[in-house]
Amino acid sequence: MIEFQGVAKSYDGIRALGPISFALRPGTILGLIGENGAGKSTLMNLLAATVQPDAGQMLLGGQRYAPREPGAALNQGVALIHQELNLFPNLSIAENLFLTRFPRHWCPPFIQRHALQAEARELLAEVGLDLDPGTLVEQLSPGESQLVEIARALGAAPRLILFDEATTSLGTREAERLFQLVEKLRQQGISMIYVSHTLADVRRLCDDLVVLRDGLVVGQGPVAEFSLPRMISLMVGRQLDQLYPTRTGEPQTDLVLEVRGISQPGVMRNISFQLRRGEILGLAGLLGAGRSELARVLFGLERPSSGEIRLDGIPLPPGQVRQRIQRGMAFLTEDRRTDGLCLNASLTDNLGLVVLPQYASGNTGRIDRTSLQGAITTVREAVRLSAKAADRQPARTLSGGNQQKVVLGKWLLARPRVLILDEPTRGIDVGAKFEIYRLIQAVADQGAGVLLISSEMEELLGLCDRILVLSRGEITDTLARDEFDQSRILRSALAHTLTA
Amino acid sequence: MNPPGSRLVRLALNQASVLLFALVFAGFGVLAPRFLTLVNFSHILLQSAPTLIVAVGLTFVLLTGGVDLSVGAIMFVGAALTGRVVLGGAGPLAGLALMLLAGAMVGLGNGILVTRCRLLPFVVTLAVLSIGRGFGLWLTETRAINLPPEFLQFGAARVAGVPVPVLLALGVLTLAALILAQTAFGRQLYAVGHNAEAARRAGINSRRILLVAYTLCGLCAGLGGFVSLSQLGAVSPKFGENYEFKGIAAAVLGGTSLYGGRGRIFPGAFLGATLIQAVENGLVILNTDPYLYPLITSAIIFLAVLVDTTRARLLASRNRRVILIPTAQPE
Repeated sequence: MIEFQGVAKSYDGIRALGPISFALRPGTILGLIGENGAGKSTLMNLLAATVQPDAGQMLLGGQRYAPREPGAALNQGVALIHQELNLFPNLSIAENLFLTRFPRHWCPPFIQRHALQAEARELLAEVGLDLDPGTLVEQLSPGESQLVEIARALGAAPRLILFDEATTSLGTREAERLFQLVEKLRQQGISMIYVSHTLADVRRLCDDLVVLRDGLVVGQGPVAEFSLPRMISLMVGRQLDQLYPTRTGEPQTDLVLEVRGISQPGVMRNISFQLRRGEILGLAGLLGAGRSELARVLFGLERPSSGEIRLDGIPLPPGQVRQRIQRGMAFLTEDRRTDGLCLNASLTDNLGLVVLPQYASGNTGRIDRTSLQGAITTVREAVRLSAKAADRQPARTLSGGNQQKVVLGKWLLARPRVLILDEPTRGIDVGAKFEIYRLIQAVADQGAGVLLISSEMEELLGLCDRILVLSRGEITDTLARDEFDQSRILRSALAHTLTA
Repeated sequence: MNPPGSRLVRLALNQASVLLFALVFAGFGVLAPRFLTLVNFSHILLQSAPTLIVAVGLTFVLLTGGVDLSVGAIMFVGAALTGRVVLGGAGPLAGLALMLLAGAMVGLGNGILVTRCRLLPFVVTLAVLSIGRGFGLWLTETRAINLPPEFLQFGAARVAGVPVPVLLALGVLTLAALILAQTAFGRQLYAVGHNAEAARRAGINSRRILLVAYTLCGLCAGLGGFVSLSQLGAVSPKFGENYEFKGIAAAVLGGTSLYGGRGRIFPGAFLGATLIQAVENGLVILNTDPYLYPLITSAIIFLAVLVDTTRARLLASRNRRVILIPTAQPE
């Protein structure tokens, strides 16, 4: 049905996918699995033409398939059901379904409301939804929206439907409904690619399986040949061959951060853990497990509905970022470009951002430029920022690795007692990664507690003293260093889905 | 699921324009009985005709999530051109055609700069505002041009007892409401305004939609300018000034979101434009210090924008991602 021939895609010089080659048999469902960042979403986006490949070609039904834009992909019968819903909540169900092909009167070209309602009702019946097509989409539940999105795809008479994590926003019953629909579509001869972290679902629904790791195909064949453990070991795959700096220090006994029963409706439930001085605590979990959300709550960017956070034994009031920073908390955000840096400001200004108030004179507020510059120069050397980077250079022009060093340096200047890192090495080359690992360890060795969120399993295994596993907003496992086991972590991360 | 109080708040937020409208009318009615007369109402409607038409055009652009600050300048340029040709002997209809053409052309230019050069609508139209004003001043040599009486006759004419400007405004309003609610273009405009990237993924030609929206906005500004011209009978150097403010304010007062994707012509823009005029009218009747007009009008507009932002925030918090599996499955 669809065939990949040496297709590859890079973003900003970092390879996201390929080159890969595989084929999907007509009328079957292909399961696509892999860790976060393995290239699954890139592959889907290539098919749906939201991005263009750098190399190789795709064949659809034997014909060369090279759509330049999403509309063209849809016209050729390829429909993507996206991870995040792509409906328009300000429009009605019927309008969402027929947005690009409204039934129209000849003159004036008004929409034929009756025909629209009737045709929309037919499509809704196909996905088993009994709703008034005039209902606004914002009034629907996530599950209903998902079905509407599938109905929209069906309206385009698709030959190939792509499901990208279609069940993440669904409850068990809603997911069950989706599976029945997928089964029905297969009987109608529609081919599908099904991307999911829920391996049990993949085993149940799919005919064939492709496993991606680091953008490459590491396993493929009939799904019957893959047991759950084999799937997991293929996804995780590699040995820990990447070098991590040797750890000199070790966790102390006294606590620095204590989290008791943090809950936020719909996002996380009863999160409790303790972080000791000098400890590197890993936070593992799948995309959407609520790791970044937890970090935001800890740092005061969001307020929990209940629970308590203590720093050095003293409670932190909810939602007070500035106070947290003053008391020694630091947070390196997931997206350094939008949340971590002032992109147009210079390297020096970015480095000095957090500690600026400490260098302002108490009486006049005038900044002591000389001592600030001295501190900045010291930290520049500490994070080993590339010598080529000039002090006045805008942060925007730095490489990803250097940008991350600037963000880290900014927090190091404040001498944090608790450092929260959210995906600190995403999109960073191997050399810079090592430097960042070294810095994280140095921070811990100096007695700070480090909370490390990472989707790279080996990073957690290589750096952490202890790992917490989060699955759909709940802590499902805690592993001490001597218990570290990739399969166990992945199983715990999938805890809420393996049984589904 | 929501406490009843929050439902009441949401209702108030959604009906903010009607509430404000009722409040203003009741307030002025109590202070000055003359305000609440039929004669005065028709006055307000007549005076608000140009704002209404301009606000309709702006609604299209605001729905896309953009903005057009150049409408007042478009009115001025069109009027200045009209003044020049009329002095050369042309009639009101030629003036109308010229103003519509000028408006559509400038609007199209805005659209091209926004879609092709990917410039921010704010920046583009602010520049065009400045350029248009300068061009108009150059055309008129900063002198007022008095137009022949045919123009004023047009503005004062009535069909079946209804003044032509009011008829025109209502016609434009109805047409725009139909386009937005009943045509594919209209519905796609809402989609683009809500999320341009998702619209592109759905196969909508977002660029074309934006281009048409800006052109329609310019066209409406041209027509609004002509109506205003036919009521004033002269092109002064201040012609069309502040219309971008009045127009945007009218649309926002009527519930059109500055974030795009939300808003309607009826009753929204209609209520908004007449509300602004009603405030000015009421202040005149009350014999208020004229220097206070801008203060009071702006305060009301600020209130409306505040409500709009609050509503957007409330909606956003309602749409937060759900991660947890519900503990109990509802049966």
